[in-house]
Amino acid sequence: MATVIVDGKEIEIGADERLNCIEAARLAGAEIPHYCWHPGLSVVASCRMCLVETGTRDAATGKISMMPKLVPACQTPAKDGTVIVTESQLVKESRARVEEALLIDHPIDCPICDKAGECLLQDYHFQHGQAERRADLHPFTSRRRDVGPTVTLFVDRCIMCTRCVRFTREVSGTSELMVTSRGAKEEIDIFPGHPLDNKLSGNVVDLCPVGALGDKDFLYQQRVWFMKREANVCGGCSAGCSIHTEHNQDTVYRLKPRENPHVNKWWICDDGRYGWHHIHDASRIVGAGRRASSSTPLESVEWADVITRLRADLKAAGRLAVAVSPMLTVEEAWMLCAVARSIDPQALLAVGHVPQAGEDETFPGGFTIRAEKCPNRLGVEGVIALFDPAVRSWNDLVSHVRAGHADAAWITGAYPAAWIDDDTAAAFADLKCLVVQDLFDSPLTALATWKLPAAGFAERAGTWVNVAHRAQSFEQAVRPPAGIWPEGRLYWNMLGRRGLYDPTAVRRQIADSSASFAALAGEIPATGVDLRIHQLASTTS
Amino acid sequence: MQPFTPVLLEAVGVADGQTIASYKSRGGYAPLERLLAEKQPIDIVEMVKASGLRGRGGAGFSTGLKWTFLPKDHPGPIYLCINADESEPGTFNNRILMEDDPHQVIEGIILSAFATRASTAYIYLRYEYPQSWNRLQTAIDEAYAAGYLGKNIRGSGFSLDIYLHRGAAAYICGEETGLIESLEGKRAWPRIKPPFPAIEGLFRKPTVVNNIETMACVAQIARRGVDWFRSIGVPADPNNPRDPGSYGPKLYCLSGHVERPGCYETPLGITARQLINEYGGGVWKGRRAKAVIPGGISMGLMTEAELDTPLDFAGPGKVGCLGLGTAAVVVIDETVSIVDFLHNSCRFFAHESCGQCTPCREGTSWSLRMLERIKAGKGRLRDLDLLAEIGNTMGMMPGSTICGLADGAAWPIKNAIKKFRGEFEDYIKRTNPQGWMVTDPVPALQIVGSH
Repeated sequence: MATVIVDGKEIEIGADERLNCIEAARLAGAEIPHYCWHPGLSVVASCRMCLVETGTRDAATGKISMMPKLVPACQTPAKDGTVIVTESQLVKESRARVEEALLIDHPIDCPICDKAGECLLQDYHFQHGQAERRADLHPFTSRRRDVGPTVTLFVDRCIMCTRCVRFTREVSGTSELMVTSRGAKEEIDIFPGHPLDNKLSGNVVDLCPVGALGDKDFLYQQRVWFMKREANVCGGCSAGCSIHTEHNQDTVYRLKPRENPHVNKWWICDDGRYGWHHIHDASRIVGAGRRASSSTPLESVEWADVITRLRADLKAAGRLAVAVSPMLTVEEAWMLCAVARSIDPQALLAVGHVPQAGEDETFPGGFTIRAEKCPNRLGVEGVIALFDPAVRSWNDLVSHVRAGHADAAWITGAYPAAWIDDDTAAAFADLKCLVVQDLFDSPLTALATWKLPAAGFAERAGTWVNVAHRAQSFEQAVRPPAGIWPEGRLYWNMLGRRGLYDPTAVRRQIADSSASFAALAGEIPATGVDLRIHQLASTTS
Repeated sequence: MQPFTPVLLEAVGVADGQTIASYKSRGGYAPLERLLAEKQPIDIVEMVKASGLRGRGGAGFSTGLKWTFLPKDHPGPIYLCINADESEPGTFNNRILMEDDPHQVIEGIILSAFATRASTAYIYLRYEYPQSWNRLQTAIDEAYAAGYLGKNIRGSGFSLDIYLHRGAAAYICGEETGLIESLEGKRAWPRIKPPFPAIEGLFRKPTVVNNIETMACVAQIARRGVDWFRSIGVPADPNNPRDPGSYGPKLYCLSGHVERPGCYETPLGITARQLINEYGGGVWKGRRAKAVIPGGISMGLMTEAELDTPLDFAGPGKVGCLGLGTAAVVVIDETVSIVDFLHNSCRFFAHESCGQCTPCREGTSWSLRMLERIKAGKGRLRDLDLLAEIGNTMGMMPGSTICGLADGAAWPIKNAIKKFRGEFEDYIKRTNPQGWMVTDPVPALQIVGSH
């Protein structure tokens, strides 16, 4: 153990923890302001905002000797006996001067800047700046240039922390961004003819401490203080990146990465970041519909009636086959299996279609985009295994139906993109009853006896298990459009349970009844739990 | 003072002095052959350490000591970088050496590479020296042909390649780690230290960066001996244990308002007045000096009254200057406005600040814009306090920047404001007679009372 003294307060840090003074001070509750330092990037110590006084305490005598000058906290390791002073007069004056210097050339166009409200330059000015502007220069230029298809640069707002440049060099490995010119004239720019166009490019906007880098998708859409944020999980691929869904009045405006050392660190990919637009697509299936025969049109059915009539139709049809979509949460999948088995105790349970695109793509910084474009295949497999040890795949189910072993099928989808072709759909044409629950119309919905809507990723609550067996629970961020019951609500009601759908109650029930999900019993931390490690621990103990 | 016979500059004025034949006829390369045959690298390090040679590039750090910071028994490669990015305004001693006696420099490089176990040396030459480029490259080719460079030099088993790299004209490339970054093909943003280059430098390998004149001194120490070197200059101050002394000859670049500007070699410790009067023929046109820059613009200013300061490594610091720097003495006569001087200085540093650290990037630019305003007749007295604050808080010494460029930018500002404040105040009062006083902001109206 190492003892670090922050503003006179002693804290213990682990002997093998390699912390700098910013991190050590944070443990002690002292926030050292900083721009250029980011835990996921190399240290450049150039913004000079984190200057603090440091010293060492002699272990034997207890005598403290201070360094004669200020040092950057980001660059100074916290070791045993390190003394950090974050609030001395010298430090405060230095911060005020850096803040003043950064504002000399800043346009201060906060009223028209998207970053206002979550801008470090703003926040630090109020916390550490000085009231008077001594530089009687009046910069107001607002040069803007595109640096790529998703990112735009407001040149004059930049404070040259170079986080974005380092990101493209160290994490995405694409090196599109650079610094041009020198001194106060220097700017961030791209190499001519090489725009910032990689699958992680949106992260530079998150990294930007000021409003210099703007996300074109979000630009001028919403003031950040109007938005609420919900801790969520990205459903774009099986990586299961932790995100914040930022929304206002049931409209999602943007997704931001949520720090999770076990999954995505500080990043998300652009596919995930901009992959929420489908939930506000006007062509989504809204409302439940039933067709009396294949030649008659859909007639809409009240949800209260769906609960009973759907069960009756399936019961009447006979042998049931169910595709449990890997887009569903563990709780929804479990309830769906329970509903299916209550209708037909021999019902075939299969994992729904698992979308694949290309190969897993790993970037130099370690970030991986998975080829499996669904968030919960492992979770659904685990749930089905509780009902039927032989976990069947989507292809098994299609062959099963083709062979005439089923009279009814219940296909859950919730896929954000088209996923089934006419040939595959044709296998389901002759069933007595076909239930399709999906976001968008497809060849399958054209054949459906029951066409039911599905929820988008931010509209559902529950638990997803990612490719590394990490289970992350999340709450519903936005309500689905009117006329849509999320899957969980429907299944909850079909199981005859009282009250509002409560995913936590279902999760606890699953955890209590199975060893493989035992880790889900308690509170799930924000970074999730690893199902395997818990299993190992419980089997060995 | 007895007249000093130039040693480093002995080839100046000699016909074809830059050729290898001329250099050998003056005794060159013989010490190299002898030392390579008889001595081990550690002996050369000890020799240079014993001589008390301090780096001629500006900071004056002991050269031998710097070499000992290299890790012991490192498997290599170890690199030697020669800093010929001579960009400090007023400095041209390296140019004289490279143009008139390049073999002296090369012999020093070979010896230093031998001492540091480097098998590759890079000379980082500033772009604006085409003649140096030609002469150095020719000399390197000659040395290869004569077997002083390349594999197995003179049968000693020691090999060395020298690459001449021409920079693209930026002041910051003269900073040790900026030079290394530039040599690696990157933007010359100085690195944070530690690790120091001796541990992790060029291509992340142990690296020594030395100045051209330092190399010439190494060659002369090898030829004339440690005792000769220590017999010249200013011995260490016995009352100051941290003073290692200023030994050896030094090239002073005298320029500005003197009758005979030029590069003069004298023992370290000559006073500015002696240099100006005995070598430079006095201030030109019979005028008086107003101020003298002791060693390049970044070292600050000495006033007329301070001209008896010895120009050794410790001297200029005693009168509030940053140090000896590159020993580029620039004389400013009494007709020059110190406002113009400071404006020019600020313009240089605002242009050359690399832009990495906030205090330097914005401080240099802000001070320039303030001086532009003062020169335009819109100065205010409180600007002087602001300038002094920028000067006092910007730099490596207060801890606000990564490299010393900011200290160099700050020193002329704070020296000028401190030593010539009266002139600034007169200038502001004269050019801005109505507005030089600080006007307090109009107090806000009592809103309640006005309703």
